[in-house]
Amino acid sequence: MWQHTIVTADAQHLSLDLRDVVKRYSPDAPNAVDGIDLSVPAGEIFGLLGPNGAGKTTTIGIATTRVRPTSGTVFVTGVNVRSHPSVAKRHIGVVTQFNTLDRACTVEENLYFHGRFFGMSRRTAHARAASLLNSFGLGDRGRTMVAELSGGLARRTQLACALMHHPEILFLDEPTTGLDPQSRIALWESVRSLREAEGMAVVLTTHYIEEADALCDRVAVMNIGKILVCDTPEKIKRDSGDGVLVTLRLREANPALAEQLRALKGVGAVDPDHDVIRVHVIAADGVVPQVVALAGADLRDLAIAEPSLETAFIALTGRALVP
Amino acid sequence: MTTATIQPHGAPASTYGRAFWGLMLRDARVLAREFVPFLLRTIMNPLLFTFVFTYVFPKIGSGITPGGSTTVSFATVILPGLVAVAIFFQGIAAVALPLATELGGTREIEDRVMAPLPVSMVALEKVVWSGLQSIIAAAAVLPLVLLVSAEPVSVSVASWPMLIVTVLLASLVAGYLGLVIGTVVKPKQIGLIFSLVVVPVTFLGCTYYPWEQLRSIRWLQIACLINPLVYVSEGLRTALTPQIPHMPVIAILSALVVLLAALASLGTWLFIRRIID
Repeated sequence: MWQHTIVTADAQHLSLDLRDVVKRYSPDAPNAVDGIDLSVPAGEIFGLLGPNGAGKTTTIGIATTRVRPTSGTVFVTGVNVRSHPSVAKRHIGVVTQFNTLDRACTVEENLYFHGRFFGMSRRTAHARAASLLNSFGLGDRGRTMVAELSGGLARRTQLACALMHHPEILFLDEPTTGLDPQSRIALWESVRSLREAEGMAVVLTTHYIEEADALCDRVAVMNIGKILVCDTPEKIKRDSGDGVLVTLRLREANPALAEQLRALKGVGAVDPDHDVIRVHVIAADGVVPQVVALAGADLRDLAIAEPSLETAFIALTGRALVP
Repeated sequence: MTTATIQPHGAPASTYGRAFWGLMLRDARVLAREFVPFLLRTIMNPLLFTFVFTYVFPKIGSGITPGGSTTVSFATVILPGLVAVAIFFQGIAAVALPLATELGGTREIEDRVMAPLPVSMVALEKVVWSGLQSIIAAAAVLPLVLLVSAEPVSVSVASWPMLIVTVLLASLVAGYLGLVIGTVVKPKQIGLIFSLVVVPVTFLGCTYYPWEQLRSIRWLQIACLINPLVYVSEGLRTALTPQIPHMPVIAILSALVVLLAALASLGTWLFIRRIID
């Protein structure tokens, strides 16, 4: 009675399948997620890239049973999340944006009880916890209370915890926000080797361009609830990332200059931010000198970035992604 | 690996059962770590209350005798009330205090609500676990009153079924009341809520006087009928000290059942609303 209602035939090979998903938190609010389609096959590392308020966390919330979509269909590993959230949860591992570890328990207990929630025996749960703690370099921290962990160690513990029940798809919400560069790179390594070892799909949100570029097989660029483009980082760079990004640092904010720059031929998006103006120059030939000339004596500093995911992002959204 | 998704998922009941058991094990571990503070918190109030009112007062000649029936000691009157307070206070605190922090401050309930069972069962587990703590609290307070009191306490279990049913219903009502408080109140205000809700509920819960004797203050006798603790005290009086006038059994039990249904629906609804957007 159960099985046939929860599995779709066409969603079997997909770890995540969203169709025309809309989320509106209140009737008069704008759509936080505005009709998105998203498919992530097994074994893929998929990135949702966008500024704060783009709808990334809401999208993850919808996929992980925590946000009820206003409309649309949501399947995780073939299970209908809307009608069978408790079944879907068996296949999902989640690492939230914040440290949500159980502070009343030690590091090992967080992993152990997580295993027990998922029906593991006492022995299996302890063994799995020990092996995960070792592989995350937390072998000597088992008895530490989680409140005493540093940010990087806490995040690693969260990751280890989420993996206890062998999820088929792992959701990481801003996994490296607030981490030092070393911990960030270590976490990237962990995610890559996890995919190798366990073959799971990984869906992560980030507002770090370099993270999406370095880690993800495919990236969806989100802005104001919509997916603007969804492809490999290379393809996105090739299609939308041409031109260069000129960053002008001025002596003071100058809105008039931004307007003048917008009027220039060959200039795409112009994104003023206090005393900084980011200018997306599409036709490079001769335009950069004109930009510099317009800024004139106001100019304090200048940087030119080659085509990248960042130039693609500003071309797509009209604004730069500043973490 | 992908074929696993089209295999039968196993009976959901057993998955839910194992997840529920896992949540209980987690709570047991946390309680075991803090068992002594838990016990002290539970017995401090009844210990001092019993000591002052049933030991000190009689010794210094300011004994309180319950109006109406002069044949029973004050200790006999308050014994069911103190047990009722212990159940209630423990039940509310065991759910509301941790929940307010877990939901409002740290969101550390996250891992438990991602366990493979319905969110309503995560709430139920909290209530069942607090119910067990309530029963431990009741079991600790009962002998305490008998030991400390300087006056004779005439207590015997007149009706085991009534005792068991009252204690079970009371524990669940208290737990769900704790769930309502824990989901609505911000962690910073939880102390205030205890003063504004839990203290009046305790003092106006027919704990230190039987409901019957309130007839001389008619408005209070009617008003306190909205207080769930009244029915717990009266139920325990029926079971433990039937010689003291008490409400009819049918009134006590139906009130507790109605309150339980109302608080359980409200508490579960509020909890799900906090977890799922």
